[in-house]
Order: sequence, then C-alpha cells, then structure tokens
Amino acid sequence: MSTVANTIFSPETAARFDKLVTIYPLKRSALVPMLLYAQDEIGYISDAVVTEIAQRIDLLELDVHNVLSYYSMLRTKPAGKYNVQVCTNISCMLRGGYEILDHCKHKLGIGHKETTKDGVFSLEEVECIGACCWAPAIQINYDFHDDLTPDKVDVLFQMYRDGQGKDVK
Amino acid sequence: MPDVKFTVDGKQLTAPAGTLLLEACKTAGIEIPAFCYYPGLSLQAACRMCVVRIEKMPKLQTACTTPVAEGMVVTSESPEIAQARKATLQLLLGNHPLDCPVCDAGGECELQDMTFKYGAADSFYAEPKNHREEQKWSPVVYFDRPRCILCYRCVRMCGEGMDVFALGIQNRGSSSVIAPNVPAQMSPDDLAHVDCEQCGMCIDACPVGALTSGTYRYKTRPWEMNHVSTICTHCGDGCKTTLGVRSTSDGSEIVRGDNRDKSGINNDFLCNKGRYAFDFANNEDRITQPLVRQPSGEMKPVSWEVAFDHVGKKFRELRDTRGGKSIGVIGSNRTTNEEAYLLQKFARTVLGTNNIDHHRTADYATFAHSLAGMTDRAASLKDTLTAPAIMILGGDPTIQAPATAWNIRTNVRNNRARLYIANASEIKLRRQAKAFAHIAPFSYGALASFIAGDDSAVDSLTHPGADAASFHNFRNAVRAEEQLLVLIGSDIRGGDLKRLLAFGTTMPNRKFALLSDYVNSRGAADMGLLPDLLPGHTTLAGNTTFAEYNAPSEPGLDMLEIFEAAGRGDLSALYVVGSNPVSRYGVDPSSLKNTFLVVQDMFLTETAALADVILPAANLYEKSGSVTNSYGDLQLVSKAGDRAGVRTDFEMIVRIADKMGANMRELIPFGKGPRGAGTHGDMGQSRGAHSGEADQHAVWLAANNMEPKLSPFDPFAILDEIQRLVPGYNLLRLQLLSGNDQHLQPAVSTANLVQISNRRDLVLPANDTLFTSGTLGRYSTMLSDLQHNESLRPPTGLTQIQTAAD
Ligand code: SF4
Ligand code: SF4
Ligand code: SF4
Ligand code: FES
Ligand code: FES
Repeated sequence: MSTVANTIFSPETAARFDKLVTIYPLKRSALVPMLLYAQDEIGYISDAVVTEIAQRIDLLELDVHNVLSYYSMLRTKPAGKYNVQVCTNISCMLRGGYEILDHCKHKLGIGHKETTKDGVFSLEEVECIGACCWAPAIQINYDFHDDLTPDKVDVLFQMYRDGQGKDVK
Repeated sequence: MPDVKFTVDGKQLTAPAGTLLLEACKTAGIEIPAFCYYPGLSLQAACRMCVVRIEKMPKLQTACTTPVAEGMVVTSESPEIAQARKATLQLLLGNHPLDCPVCDAGGECELQDMTFKYGAADSFYAEPKNHREEQKWSPVVYFDRPRCILCYRCVRMCGEGMDVFALGIQNRGSSSVIAPNVPAQMSPDDLAHVDCEQCGMCIDACPVGALTSGTYRYKTRPWEMNHVSTICTHCGDGCKTTLGVRSTSDGSEIVRGDNRDKSGINNDFLCNKGRYAFDFANNEDRITQPLVRQPSGEMKPVSWEVAFDHVGKKFRELRDTRGGKSIGVIGSNRTTNEEAYLLQKFARTVLGTNNIDHHRTADYATFAHSLAGMTDRAASLKDTLTAPAIMILGGDPTIQAPATAWNIRTNVRNNRARLYIANASEIKLRRQAKAFAHIAPFSYGALASFIAGDDSAVDSLTHPGADAASFHNFRNAVRAEEQLLVLIGSDIRGGDLKRLLAFGTTMPNRKFALLSDYVNSRGAADMGLLPDLLPGHTTLAGNTTFAEYNAPSEPGLDMLEIFEAAGRGDLSALYVVGSNPVSRYGVDPSSLKNTFLVVQDMFLTETAALADVILPAANLYEKSGSVTNSYGDLQLVSKAGDRAGVRTDFEMIVRIADKMGANMRELIPFGKGPRGAGTHGDMGQSRGAHSGEADQHAVWLAANNMEPKLSPFDPFAILDEIQRLVPGYNLLRLQLLSGNDQHLQPAVSTANLVQISNRRDLVLPANDTLFTSGTLGRYSTMLSDLQHNESLRPPTGLTQIQTAAD
C-alpha cells in the first residue's frame, strides 16, 4: 500500500519509495535514488514524477528540478526502447571510442541524446562506464558490450532489433 | 563570547570568538572583497574572492567562512592574493557580456569595482560566450543570465530571507543557471516565471546586473539621479527608502526606490511597495490645477488664489452662520505629523469644531491609555530583530507589515528567537513559529481574555482542529518566557485590547506594539485627528495642556456621525484632506449634496468626484516633515519628487486659514508673534532645551530657498509646538534631522486620564495585501500589474507550500 494516493508508480516501486523515505536521517536524502528508480520505471523523469517525488519527501518541485538538472544521467524526455550509451573517456577514446560513436550516429541516423523515429534506439555519449579493460565499450540499457568494432556494433543493433537483446532496465 | 586577539596586515585586532574573519576585518576598516557572502545569510564560499593568507595554513583561505582564532596571523592583500583574485575575475569575465554601458548595475556593480581594482582587463579565455536572452520572470523581476556570476545570493535571499524559495539553481558547472519556480513548460505563455512575493530582495542582493527591476531597468544611470532618503508611504512599518529622482519638464520624477545605505530601521529590507510602488506620483491622472464646481455643475480649473479665496470665504461664512459644529474635517493616514497636527488645530481653533476624524486602522487611543504612566512597555520595530521571544496575536505581518515579518524571520533564523502565533488563519509566519495556536474564526475577543487569564474563554477558541489543551500549552509556553515582545494585530481593539494590556503590563519584561496599516496611521491618532481626543490622546474634558486652543469641550462627531449628519442636512461643510471616505465607508453620494465639500487629493477619487472644490495635493514623497510608524518610531520625511501644480497639504491648510482671516501667528508659531521665534531667523536659539544647538533645519530651509522660520509654510515651526505640547513627543530634534529613527513612548498625561472604554469601535482595518495600498495603490501601475500577475495563477500559489522538513 502506497502512502501516496493515486501514485503514478507500480505497487512495487511505490512500496520501495515508502521504505526509502524512512531509511535516511533526512527524508530529502531519498531524492536521487527515487529519481533513478522512477526513471527506470517510467523511462524518464516526467512532470508527474517530479510532482509525486516532491510530495513524498516534502520538497518544492523547484528543489527536485535543481537536483534533477545537475545529473546528466537523469533525463526529462523519453529515451528509446534501447538506450545506447557510448563511452568516449580516455581508455575507450584511445581504442576507438569516437569511431564507435560516429558509427552509431551514422547507423542510427541520430545524434547525442536523440531517439530514432521508431523509438527503438536512443544514443548518448557518456563518461567512463567502468569497462576500461575491455575498451571500447558501450552500455545498452543495463547491459554491457565491450571490445567493440563498428562491425560488432552492427551485429548488436540487429540483435536488438530482432528482439533478442536483453531488456534489463 | 570572549574576545580573541589576532593580527591582520600587521595590525593587532580583537573580535568576539566566532566572528567571521571577513566581518572582523570590515569592523576594523579592512575591506575584503566578497561576491557570494551576504551578512545574515548562510555561508556559501562559492566565489573565492575573499581569499586571504593565514599563517600556518597551506593554501589561501576564504575569509567569509573562517572564524577568527586566537593568535591568527592574516595577510589580506599581497601580490599572491591579488593574483588569485584576478584569476577568479578572469574566470567570471570569461562568460560575462561586459555590457556595462547599458547595464542597470553599471556604476554600482561589485564585479565592475573588483575588475577595476584587480585589473583583470586582459583575459586568457577566448571561448565563445554563452549568450541567453533576458527573461521576464514577473512585472518586477527580470533575469539576464549572461551577467550572472553564480554567487547564489539571490537564491539564499529568497529562501532564507524571504522564506519563499522561489529561486533555484539548475544544471551544473559553467552551465549552471538561476531558475525560477515556474518552469517554462508549466507556464501558459511557455516562459519561465516567479510565483513569489515580488519583494525585489533578490535584485537588491545581486552584486551585478543579472537581476533587474521592471520599474527601473534601462531608464537611467545611478549617477544621473539625486538620491533622497525618505520614508515609504505604504504600510505602518515605515521603512526608510531611498528614492532616485531625475528632473523632468514639470518637476522631478521618481525613477527608482531602493535601500541604498541600509541605515534605516528596516536594515536590509524593502518590500515590493517600498521598492516599486512610488509610481503613483508619476501617474498621468494626477490633478494639477485647483478645480471649483460651477453653478452649472461643471468643474472648472481656476487659479490657486481664486480657489483659496472661495474656500476661505465659504468656510468663514458657514462657520459664522451655521456654527463650527456644522462643519466636519477628515484627515489622512499618509500626511505628516505636522500636517495632521495643523489640520486638527485648524479644525479646533479656526473652524471651531471637534468634528474631526480619520480612517482608523488600529485602536491607538486604547493602546496609549493602557500604557499610560509606564515606561519601556511600548516596543520599537527594532525590538522585533532582537527580542528573544515574540508573540503575535492576530494580524498577518507577512502581507500587512512585511518589514516586521522580515525582522522576525531574521531573528528566528540568526538568533533562534522563539515565535508564538495565535491567529484564526494559518498565516505564513507560522512556519517560523515554535507554537501556533489556530483559534476559531471571530474569536479574538476570547483570545485576549484567555491570554489575560480567563480560562472560560477557551471554549470559544476551540474547533475541530484545536482542542482546549493546545491553547493551555500555548499560554503556558508564552508565560514561561522571561522576556516577551507582543505584537497585536488590528483584530484586537477596544475592551479586548484593554484587557490584554491590563494583564500584560502586570507581567515583567513584556513589551507591546499595535500594528496598523499606513505610514502615519499612528501619527494621525497621536496628533489628535479624533473627535474625542486632542493630540497625545489627551481627553477633552479637564485638559489643561491645550488650554490655549480654546477648543469646544464637547466631543465632536466621528467619521460615521459626520456622514449621518450630512445625510440629515446638518453638515454645512466637509473638509477632506488626503482621504477617500466615500469609497472606504460606502457613503451614499447623495447624502453630501447639501454639504460644501472641499477635497485635497492627488486624484479624482470617489470622494473628490463629489467635491465643490478640489485642491491638488503633493504626496508624502513630495514634502518634508515627520511620520510615526505603528511602533511609535519617529522618522524624517524628505522631499524627493516634485510636480508642478500641486501643493503640500500643510501649505493649503495655512492658506485657507489665512483666507478665513485667522490669526496666523497663533496657528503657526513662526516669525514674530505670541509663540513665534521673534523677528530674527530662528537658527535653533529659541527651542528651549535645544537653545544654541547647531540646527540642521536651517540648512534644510536654506537648501529649499526658504527663510529660516520666517515662513508660515515651514512644517518645523509646527514641530516646535508638537514638541512643546504633545505628550510623548519630546523628541530629539537633532536625531530627527540626521535622518535617524527614534522611539517615542506613548505618554498620556495621567492627570486627566478618564474612562475611555465606552468609545465606539471605529477601527476599520484596511486589509491591504502585498499588492494593494488603499486608494493610492489603485494609481500605482506597478501594483496593478502585480495584481494582474497574481491573478494569472491559482491563489494557492507555490509560495505557501511546505518546504523541506529539516
Ligand atoms: S520573493 Fe520574488 S522578488 Fe522576492 S527574493 Fe524571492 S524571487 Fe526575488
Ligand atoms: S542572479 Fe545575481 S545574485 Fe543571483 S546568483 Fe546570479 S549574480 Fe548572484
Ligand atoms: S514593509 Fe511597509 S513600510 Fe516597508 S517598504 Fe513595505 S510597505 Fe513600505
Ligand atoms: S574509459 Fe570507457 S569504460 Fe572506462
Ligand atoms: S565571499 Fe568568500 S567565497 Fe565568496
């Protein structure tokens, strides 16, 4: 049972939020985890998400926006079904990360933080994703793909298009 | 706290432990530059301009966050420090538009000053500047992102200072931006806005020209104005406001209101009205010629001479044929003490009537009589900033007395003052309160009784949201306070007020203040604009103080009775000075058809529209004199604006009296005369106790091309008499003339204290809000814009939302 009537979240997420507010000395500390879980469930941080989270932890919506806008991993527009995050930090850059990024842009016909028309893919250039040993690496949703070449990327995209990619959020 | 000793630039200094190094240096006259630091707000340490070298510390330290410590050795300026500050400036200027030649802040900009000082004219940054268009957040708040140096003063000012939290910070690093609380996507016009109290404090705090005000932006430059310190004409707090004026073809126009020197009782604060709502003075609709009604019914412009002649003759004739008792006089809450005093003296001694009243917005007569003979019971506005505990009964200072609310918030935040509030509404200040007693509607009488110890009154206070125990707890907590400042709203008056004060004054260390609505509401009452009380709340019967008046000893007609008399055809004439009773009291216009009505006003108000003679008046910003705020703090009003074709109420009263053939030297003690100063110009010699003192008044007169004390139009001639006769107004002349406030204790002479409890309750609270100010407010374009702006949003604006629970 959620403490918020008419919650926009699933019962599981709502229950998780109810718990979250109780485990920090200050309620507002639950803000960032809530935003992340909300993004996973809704796909992005919508105005409705901002409103409900503000309500849950007694913040002004402005406060939620302040924090939300600070973090580039939180988005306020829907991403594609598969969000492709290409690392161009030092290790990946040295091993062709930019080539991979350019290839993705070309292949998908979209740029940084854009989504394909059919809504299947979105693309983002990101900082180190912690897979330096196997650079260059990309992350699609929560799934990692490493030691990439442009050809391997083509195979990956086809796999996801065919519905065989992992769909973990 | 004990003092610590430390050294700055080789100078031995001492300061109380815990003092911030920056403040300690400021006190010692050592300036340390600071962009993000703002006294009284939380520390930010964001700008790095205040860096100093402290021995034994590895890096430069921020003076704005470092408390002084015993034996600390500090260098505040050195080539190393200058280089560090210069580097900071170069970074700031990296994305600064440098549009100083058109920027409002040019000439008053802290960034400009620092760049000038540290010479960061050359920059290593060649990156293209990140331009954004200016944004209009409200009719009064504009934001220019490129000029912002991200000091976050505005954010803290609005959140901590105003308790509004309308401004936030979005994004990060160099793309950080100050964001208002109504984002573009939530706005009908797709533009970002602020939903807030529109006080302009953020603009005031902004060290650069990133936040600018709708009334002033792009109008002029600071050095092109004259700056006059005077008193805000709006609420009863009486803030000092500095008006920037510029010459125009028909006088001088006020272009800006702000709080430049922060030397007034309001310290840092000004609300939107003090800052912006001076614009009524520049309104096109002002009357600038005397108008006299012709037999045809039309109003015809006439010369001043003709108008005064006409009024003087009529008044004299009506007084002589129908008696002074057939004449009524209504005074103003916004004229000076000198004008109010002169008006009642004119009524009582020249017209020969006690039929004089004003729009009463609080019951000062009861207040003064209840505190008669006591000392140190009446609080000053300053006490709200320092009292360890404050109780507010009724009223809503946030919107009715914003400076009071600001002081209280500051006191709670910085001194941990304990605030107790009892109110029938959930007023915003409850957010700072330690205890909030939510009383049932219309139960202020019961509240006064309950606080005064009558337990049976609690039943009237309770309602489903609050039980009797909660009120007992509240009262116990308040009684346990050793020192308490009690602020009383205009909801409590008459017998209730008397009971409350009678009880309160039995407790030690209790001080009181009664809040009213306009700049000189208190002064109007103190100066005797009342039918039954002479100046200083002196009763008519048995009074010796004003024996020289030879005034009628019977109380006159009050405000309502005056209009009743008019309705019966018993009022031969009515003289209205700076008031709009027809609208305020819903007077039937036809009741005045047989009354000769003379109105002194700026505008064609509902009352003026019925007048036989309209005399165009100057407002408080166009005259000199003194005013008394709700608390009894007396302050100097100085002439700022000017408008061709208007005259002060003071001058008009004098001229009418003259035309009536009154003895001018008895009315005004000027020049040679029974109570005047003698033939010589009075340079202060004849002021009794002040004899021989240097007198700035003479300087003022000379500056205004008048002869010292040889002119009957000199308000300070009347001030002499006020000082001589009015109980409680034994003021310090030099203090007044230096532009300092002074607190006056009500001093009703106990010798002729009589029962006044049977007075009719004629208090009519004005119920003004942040965006209204009586009739005057209707002629302020800015206030109308702000009202319209408010109406665009549902009344449950974001500003009353509960904020972070920590
Ligand atoms: S209330 Fe409005 S005008 Fe006042 S500081 Fe906040 S944003 Fe600025
Ligand atoms: S707008 Fe002004 S006060 Fe606010 S952060 Fe920018 S420079 Fe500082
Ligand atoms: S608080 Fe009152 S006196 Fe002060 S600026 Fe506002 S309206 Fe004027
Ligand atoms: S640099 Fe790409 S994963 Fe670490
Ligand atoms: S004033 Fe000290 S860091 Fe800004």
